[in-house]
Amino acid sequence: MQHKVEEHKGRKSVRDLKIGEHGVICCLQDPEMGLKLLEMGCIPGTSVKMNSRAPFGDPITIIVNNYTLSLRLDEAETILLKQ
Amino acid sequence: MTVATQPEIKPTSTLTSGPGMAKIALIGNPNSGKTSLFNQLTGLNQKVGNFPGVTVDKKTGYSQLTPQLRAEIIDLPGTYSLYPKSLDERVITDLLYDPTSRHFPDLVIVTADASNLKRNLLLFTQLADLQLPAVLALNMVDVAEQEGVKIDVETLQRELGVPVIPMNARKGIGVAALKIVMTQQLEPNRNTFFEISADLKPLLKNIKHRFNLSNDYLALQFAHQYKSLKFLSDEDAAWLHEQLEIAAFESNAQQANETINRYTRINELLLDAVRVEKVEKDEKFSNRLDQVLTHKVFGYLIFFAILFLIFQAIFAWASYPMDLIDEGIAGLNGLIQDNFDGPLIDLLTEGVIAGLGGVLVFVPQIAILFAFIAILEETGYMARVTFMMDKVMRKFGLNGKSVVPLISGVACAVPAVMSARTIENWKDRMITIFVTPLMSCSARIPVYTVLIALVVPEKYYLGFLNLQGLVLMGLYLIGFLAAILSALLLKIILKARERSYFIMEFPTYKMPRWKNVGLTIIEKSKAFVFEAGKVIVAISIILWVLASYGPGNTFEQAREQAVAEAQSRNLNEVQTENKIASYQLEASYAGIVGRSIEPIIRPLGYDWKIGIALLTSFAAREVFVGTMSTIYSIGEEENVSTIKNKLMSEKDASGDPFFTPARSFSLMIFYLFAMQCVSTLAIVRRETKSWTWPLAQLLYMSGLAYVMAFITYHIFS
Repeated sequence: MQHKVEEHKGRKSVRDLKIGEHGVICCLQDPEMGLKLLEMGCIPGTSVKMNSRAPFGDPITIIVNNYTLSLRLDEAETILLKQ
Repeated sequence: MTVATQPEIKPTSTLTSGPGMAKIALIGNPNSGKTSLFNQLTGLNQKVGNFPGVTVDKKTGYSQLTPQLRAEIIDLPGTYSLYPKSLDERVITDLLYDPTSRHFPDLVIVTADASNLKRNLLLFTQLADLQLPAVLALNMVDVAEQEGVKIDVETLQRELGVPVIPMNARKGIGVAALKIVMTQQLEPNRNTFFEISADLKPLLKNIKHRFNLSNDYLALQFAHQYKSLKFLSDEDAAWLHEQLEIAAFESNAQQANETINRYTRINELLLDAVRVEKVEKDEKFSNRLDQVLTHKVFGYLIFFAILFLIFQAIFAWASYPMDLIDEGIAGLNGLIQDNFDGPLIDLLTEGVIAGLGGVLVFVPQIAILFAFIAILEETGYMARVTFMMDKVMRKFGLNGKSVVPLISGVACAVPAVMSARTIENWKDRMITIFVTPLMSCSARIPVYTVLIALVVPEKYYLGFLNLQGLVLMGLYLIGFLAAILSALLLKIILKARERSYFIMEFPTYKMPRWKNVGLTIIEKSKAFVFEAGKVIVAISIILWVLASYGPGNTFEQAREQAVAEAQSRNLNEVQTENKIASYQLEASYAGIVGRSIEPIIRPLGYDWKIGIALLTSFAAREVFVGTMSTIYSIGEEENVSTIKNKLMSEKDASGDPFFTPARSFSLMIFYLFAMQCVSTLAIVRRETKSWTWPLAQLLYMSGLAYVMAFITYHIFS
């Protein structure tokens, strides 16, 4: 499984959450995409919940600020979580 | 500047926009009900134009605010902030940052989803800091209340410093109140929501001085976006670039800082104005529905069932109104031809009216496809389609939403290409538009059936597998593969114009708003008839002239020759007429072109007669059958089996049957790949706003058709 490898490589990101699991956003890794994510409400300190995965595992939906956001795994990977 | 007190505003009642008419811009997050509000304000008084240089449609409309006061409303693309992330969103900054622009608004209406106020207010606070006169249309208050979100409008209004109108744009509640507020004297907002760091002040002072601006935040926007603002000259941009270097201005960091600051401020002011009692009913309902609709198995089954329904509708249901249009046009032509005579009448009936018929005949398919698409978009299901198909389609440079155009392309490429508009990303949309015409459309069916009947025996395997049916399916499959592989090729060739994100709001399921569905249908049909229609009619007339006239008196000679031959062979009247038509087509300009391209198409196994059919097919592929009938003097009224028999008896120079399997398959493959559809070219030009794409399509598809037909001919012979 790909996301297991990621866990070893670095910090836990939204990508690594299991369905139904919560996390708190720590920081956004990609400066440019980060701006988009910030605007969409992914502010450091905000709680996120993994909501669902598409049938082939990618993309996913997460719940932030009480609304649902869909994004690809490689985008979710840039949202790092507090340990 | 305000709306109501401008003395030059006349109590107009015409649709023309006078220089004094108030301009109002509608702006808001995607899914915040902006389109519903626009439709409520303007109804059928809408028109679609272009923003210069981009593929975004500019929707404007007129609203009667009071019996005396009429305002022009412009619907801007949905956005989450004033920092554009896509080409479409840049339209907003170009319009709002240039006070000299023709469209610069006197007032902005910001729509906000009350159930998601925090994120929606981000854009509002940015607009407020530009100190534009603004009104907040607090939409979907009903949804918010269901979710337990209680908004104290009075407090919110005080905190924001602008009028706040609670409304439900779907049902039209609050629209009257909004109209009244729009006519009031509104002071520019004096509240600022974001303190610009003191370090930046010297830089902003310079910018304000050079561009004669009064607002700090606007000056900051110039600093962030000078590269993309169209109204700045190269010189201005170079000057800004230099200034920013000196000030060591870091755009990304500043933007991130601003967004975080704004959210902090919004959180503070919402503390007083909003109370949330957790209910979470609606979201749960959407989630439960998603467990079925995006399920591994059922999700796809349901999606393909919907696709099948759409396909069935544009394929079968549309045929009734299409037949009516065909009959109506034929009836009208008959009526005119019975009562009048002369070359001008021929031009009118067989050229102009027939060309118009060729345009109108697409309207039922466009209307039906867009009814479905509007419903899928309105309900929120389209977001799920993208979600489910993204991973597969992305591999081929396509987008989850490309599935709808590709499947619709099997019925007709014209509405299919128009439906690619739902794809936000420029590159994905271009690739989808480019490959969609490779899908075998319904106009290819008559060509396929005649040729298959000619060379494929009617054999059954295992009792039910019809060989002819298998060949037909094979042709569709080849078309699909060609589309997918071409997409892959384009994915590599084409450079992306913008960074592509998938990040999007996953809307909750809603009932469709039928008014929006109806307006979409009208808008799309109008766009096709008025914009693509011109090109189609023009080319139809040219092709008709080519096939109906010949140089000098060759037409008369062809007639005499045909009559003489008919007499010597004792043909009856109908046969004689067919003979004349055949000889005259041969003598026409189209015949001359057909003969002159014979050397080019000979390697594919074709002769000049097929050359004529290829030329006339350019108006529409199904014309092939009609042209072949005329050339072989079969007459227009005959059925497929008569045409088949006639074609079978056609002999080549050495006396063998002309239509060998090699020739027929080569022709089928040619029709499969070739871009022989003026309507598609016209709509691609309309959708891409340039001739580059349709011309590239014409060259690529025709080139591919030539090569593939050549290979096919040599494999089978």
